[in-house]
Amino acid sequence: MNLDEFTLLVALGSLVAGFLGSLTGLGGGVVIVPLLTLGFGVDIRYAIGASLVSVIATSSAAAAAYVRDGYSNLRIGMFLEVATTLGAVGGAMVASRIPVSAVAIVFGLVLLWSAFLSLRRPAEAAPNTAPDRLATWLRMDSTCPAPGGPVAYHVAHVPFGWAIMAVAGGLSGLLGIGSGALKVLAMDQVMRLPFKVSTTTSNFMIGVTAAASAGLYLHRGYIDPALAAPVILGVVIGASLGTRALVGARPAALRRVFVVVLIALGGQMIYHGVTGGFARG
Amino acid sequence: MADPDGQLRRDQRIERVIGILLQTGVALSILVALAGAILYLGREGRHAADFRTFRGEPFDLRNAPAIMVAAFGGHREAVIQFGVLILIATPIARVALSLVAFAAERDRTYVVVTVIVLVVLLTGLLGIGP
Repeated sequence: MNLDEFTLLVALGSLVAGFLGSLTGLGGGVVIVPLLTLGFGVDIRYAIGASLVSVIATSSAAAAAYVRDGYSNLRIGMFLEVATTLGAVGGAMVASRIPVSAVAIVFGLVLLWSAFLSLRRPAEAAPNTAPDRLATWLRMDSTCPAPGGPVAYHVAHVPFGWAIMAVAGGLSGLLGIGSGALKVLAMDQVMRLPFKVSTTTSNFMIGVTAAASAGLYLHRGYIDPALAAPVILGVVIGASLGTRALVGARPAALRRVFVVVLIALGGQMIYHGVTGGFARG
Repeated sequence: MADPDGQLRRDQRIERVIGILLQTGVALSILVALAGAILYLGREGRHAADFRTFRGEPFDLRNAPAIMVAAFGGHREAVIQFGVLILIATPIARVALSLVAFAAERDRTYVVVTVIVLVVLLTGLLGIGP
């Protein structure tokens, strides 16, 4: 395959990944690495580098719209970004010290786990009404726009949420993904934020988290420009088409199809990791 | 802050500016990367694609200042990499802007929090870390 054909196919594949990722709300980043490694035979280090920069692009583009809507909470985001950026740097350091087959196996497990998470979407918990001392001191409590006027919310379990964020950052730096599902879980289930605040603040944080490890990947020579260009362009165009196609709605059937894809890719990543299929070069 | 409504209004103003910054950064980086990709494929497009073997990128595609020098010197892959660099810098600029906003509000706690995030980001980008 020559570079023209390769670039075009990678761009199209990334476009589909970005489109489905934003349409289902599961994020496109998580399928880019399996697409490049299993589909195009790209070395997993280059694949992770390209995926990571595409995650920055989609997160920043989407966050621009969310921030204006007034859902995302800048203080919570910034406080938790201390955890995610430190975690991301740690994850990127681990990535260069363990065999690529181990990275592939962890990736496969995370894919299976995100499939599991999106299947059992828990009901939204009752709003938290009790103020928390730490959250009050950090001025995290705020209001969220609602049809009947702004609704006040209180934040709970800040240290536990922070710890989960460090793990989410670590996975992001290790695997080149956004870890959006885990970030939402921490804010929605643990810190008891309104769902809309969790999802938008999570998206807002993904770009900063990915930028922390992307700098290290760039320095290590993991980001190949000829591969990164079609991935970034494809994912961004796909994601913006996805957002435009269905605003807010999450088609259940499509979501189930995407979950099946995640399970299949997760199994393949683990299989190739175990059998040494990634141990080239 | 004895004035929660004032804080909310100021926060919303910052949020609007941050939204514009993010959009501009992404648009700019995509345009630069696209231009670089077109230039690069114009010359190398017929060559075989090979990403199977990891070699690691050369210095002028790894180091932030070297990327900029090479990009302005007409190195086609470096032009794409300059776009990638703008992309990585976009969230960092967002954090820097938040730092200015928190400092203007004299919010010491969040100035400290934001400085920590900024230091972690810059050590990564400048390759100072371990």
